Amino acid sequence: MKQSLRMLARDWRAGELQVLAAALVIAVASVTSVAFFADRVGQALVRDAHQLLGADLVLASDHPWKKSIADEITRRGLARAEALSFISMASKGEGNARRSKLAGVKAVSDNYPLRGTLRTAPAPGAPDAPAAHGPAQGSVWLDEQLVAALGAPVGSTIRLGRAELTVAAVLTLEPERGASFFNIAPRLMMNLADVPATGLVQTGSRVHYSLYAAGPPDRIRSFEKFVRPRLERGQHVDDLETGRPQVRASIERAQRFLGLTALLAAILAGVAIALGTRRFVERHLDGCAVMRCLGATQNRLLALYGGEFLALGLAACAAGCVAGYGAQEALAGALAGLLQATLPAPTPLPAAQGFLVGLVLLLGFALPPLVQLRNVPALRVIRRESGAPRGGALAVYALGLGSLAALLVWQAGDLRLGAYVTGGFGVAVAVFYAAAWLALRAASSAPVARLAGANSTALRYGLTNLRRHARGNAIQIASLALGLTAVLLLGFTRNDLVDAWRRAAPPDAPNRFVLGIQPGELAPVKAFFASRGVDVPEIYPMVRGRLVAVDGKPVSAEDFEGERAKRLVEREFNLSYADDMPGHNQLAAGRWWTKGGDAHQLSVEQGIASTLGWKLGDALTFTVGGQSFTGRITSLRKLRWDSMKVNFFVIAPPALLESMPTSYITAFRVAPDRERAMQALTQRFPNLTVVDVGAAVRQAQGVIDQLITAVQFVFLFALGAGVLVLYSALVSTEDERRREAAVMRVYGASRAQVAGSQRVEFLAMGLVAGVLATAGAAVIGQLLAQRVFDLDLPPSPMLLVAGPLAGLLLLSLNAWLSSRRVLRASPALTLREE
Amino acid sequence: MIARGIGKTVKSGNRDLVILRDIDLAVDSGEALAIVGASGSGKSTLLAILAGLDTPSAGSVELEGENLFALDEDARAELRGRAVGFVFQSFQLLPALSALENVMLPLELAGRRDAETQAREVLARVGLSERLDHAPKHLSGGEQQRVALARAFVARPKLLLADEPTGSLDAEAGREVIALLFDLNRATGTTLVMVTHDESLASRCDRTVRLEAGRIAP
Repeated sequence: MKQSLRMLARDWRAGELQVLAAALVIAVASVTSVAFFADRVGQALVRDAHQLLGADLVLASDHPWKKSIADEITRRGLARAEALSFISMASKGEGNARRSKLAGVKAVSDNYPLRGTLRTAPAPGAPDAPAAHGPAQGSVWLDEQLVAALGAPVGSTIRLGRAELTVAAVLTLEPERGASFFNIAPRLMMNLADVPATGLVQTGSRVHYSLYAAGPPDRIRSFEKFVRPRLERGQHVDDLETGRPQVRASIERAQRFLGLTALLAAILAGVAIALGTRRFVERHLDGCAVMRCLGATQNRLLALYGGEFLALGLAACAAGCVAGYGAQEALAGALAGLLQATLPAPTPLPAAQGFLVGLVLLLGFALPPLVQLRNVPALRVIRRESGAPRGGALAVYALGLGSLAALLVWQAGDLRLGAYVTGGFGVAVAVFYAAAWLALRAASSAPVARLAGANSTALRYGLTNLRRHARGNAIQIASLALGLTAVLLLGFTRNDLVDAWRRAAPPDAPNRFVLGIQPGELAPVKAFFASRGVDVPEIYPMVRGRLVAVDGKPVSAEDFEGERAKRLVEREFNLSYADDMPGHNQLAAGRWWTKGGDAHQLSVEQGIASTLGWKLGDALTFTVGGQSFTGRITSLRKLRWDSMKVNFFVIAPPALLESMPTSYITAFRVAPDRERAMQALTQRFPNLTVVDVGAAVRQAQGVIDQLITAVQFVFLFALGAGVLVLYSALVSTEDERRREAAVMRVYGASRAQVAGSQRVEFLAMGLVAGVLATAGAAVIGQLLAQRVFDLDLPPSPMLLVAGPLAGLLLLSLNAWLSSRRVLRASPALTLREE
Repeated sequence: MIARGIGKTVKSGNRDLVILRDIDLAVDSGEALAIVGASGSGKSTLLAILAGLDTPSAGSVELEGENLFALDEDARAELRGRAVGFVFQSFQLLPALSALENVMLPLELAGRRDAETQAREVLARVGLSERLDHAPKHLSGGEQQRVALARAFVARPKLLLADEPTGSLDAEAGREVIALLFDLNRATGTTLVMVTHDESLASRCDRTVRLEAGRIAP
């Protein structure tokens, strides 16, 4: 090891290792900064998602919680808050002036919410601000809808049951509002201590009791373990895993983006390391041959260089971790405002991850070329043409790449994503290499050379060189194409992906749901919309049914493992019927029915099918108000939960369901200046339930925007790694080109001829690399969009122009720089350095 | 060192090309032998085989009482490290190492702790005390070959193999290097086998062997 360290110091001093070390440091820095940042963002995401819940854990019950459970929360050192929810009539004024409205009352303890914030405004439409705690005793907060319905501005008094309460603020946002669409009635929030005075909560009242707990994750987990076996019927635990598929979908998507970015950075770093090591090895072939002459055995050589690289690797990993930590710290600091959240401190795990990634990258990408170094024939000292050893490193490559693939899958935290990226990487390398080789052969083929060669020596030499160096050039083009693919993917496709993601929950997403439209009201409701200048939204029939049997066997909640599955089975399903599949649904498996075909068919959302273990061909039996019906699953649908549109788990052909008791549901967007029209809707059709999901939409969009911001920054690092690959690829053949240029000049080539022939060679390579990278970025982008992110990604015309252009520009710049260096050095000196 | 019946044949296209045939050669301890011949006569191939850097198609080489080709490549490398020094036409100094470090290298590879002292001493003998820390590219051709000589002698090899040691040098530098080579050879009692096409250089050796078309000329 001592000799290895001596060699490290000497090679370092001679400037042989700087590029390689830089590659490794940037690699580890990008991986760790991604990991550190992802770790912190990930922690923040979980915390923010808790803010949507209002706590880390919510216990919900349809009857009061036992004191022992409530006390256990406090006993375990966790923060505790409580709430009661019920529906009750709120009113204002007396006699003829009296206005009443059914309100969704939520009575909260003083410290509610434990996570997230309440926001209030002094008047409807006025700017809102976070509130430190819930309503004070004797006061209530009303949402805008209720303020308008009751005509109860801030400062007025309303009556709830037997109590008179003062309206203290307009409630604009509460954590749990996003949690369920069916906070049907407009919100009235009050202090828990005022509930007895209303006299509304009596034995038999329909009241929802919530207990909130927050604290360190391990204590929360242990409390959850304690409480789950003690739950009674009608009680359940809400956590991030249950309910709210729309928020979960966003978080999962963000995690995939982050995972993907970390993968890209790791792979790109590996390519840069492979290129750097290859150059190192080429420069050390002679030295190794001399050392073999001087008595070094093969294993000794491998141990010496292996030791040197290991020492370099450890030092670079440490430097990379420090740099990565600094980078993410600076990043988080600079973006504190944009991130809209303070990030929790990172855990040490990313540093360990950084070391592991760095060492595995060395194993996968540096060891194979180093293994070749040990096979240098000693004869090379006498016969230079004994040349570089070939092959023999396959097993090492396989081992290294295998470990890297495992690491990537682990990094992605998702087998499919990991497999896509590693498989895609392997295929891309092979395809890029083969395509580059073929293109070089074609570019330098006899007809092309004849066509070009008549006039210009530079052109002829350049084209001939393409073929002479076909193998090396093809490797260089493949590496360039790979680096450029990453840059294009991150530069263009990323924007398209992000746009597509934003479109999935567009700013014009519906903010109102209307439920309970009776069949006879369909035409008048449509007419109402038309008369108010609101686009008539699509209205869907809805039948509420309970699942009773699957394939003829009765089902109950006990048959299922997961909490979510149990709850889904216990609840009534919202079923719908249609001849055509709703436009925003996507067929995932099976076939949609034809009009007038077999009526006993069902189309099921694929997520619920997998949760409940249903598959195509299963027969589901539902009961609707005493009647039952059975249908076979003939198709599975993919839904976009974050679209905020009306979605159904189960849809049937009309012939199966239209005879059942049906009401209608719709979702649409109301512009802020049309709010009044909506009030007219409820006045005109008092039986309709209008649900304002604006707050939920705003909250979901806030989360998505924050995720997008975080992901974009993380992309910058992978972009840096891509640029590093480009640099390594460009310098990888510099030595050889300098030698050749020197020889050409010795034999009388003019500066213009040398520069010209290099320019021709580089431009051709740039064009090939640019075209390959464009194709690569387009294909990978489509695959990612469709297979991984479930997004529609239209092809980008900008990419088609920018890709090849970027290749050309990059290589022209390189040709210019390279020929300057080559021409500045005296040929004699260049050749003597040999 | 004793070579018996050395032959070397390589494939060229689909016919065999004979480079060496039936070479018998014995070199006594402390003797200086020159191998001369025209370009392409097989001189360098013979030297490579004597050093165990290349394998013969036929015959054997005995060095220090051991049959070189009964050993595997790693064992040959160890024997080289122990007993053989080299001087090459193209110097073969490691560009990343200083003059001193280049000379230290064989001793470091042998795990010797006195590498630096020894290397300084030999470099002083070849007149390079002032250039210890210079990188090869900052030395003249003659100086580089003197560093190579110092590296060859520093481990006190029993056998020194030299391949056209003046081939890359001008006449003046070549004379200086050869004078040093023979001085060191005498002082250390090393056996010297030198490949050269320079007849005057060959005449300074104890004995000359001439190769013609892969055979020893009578």
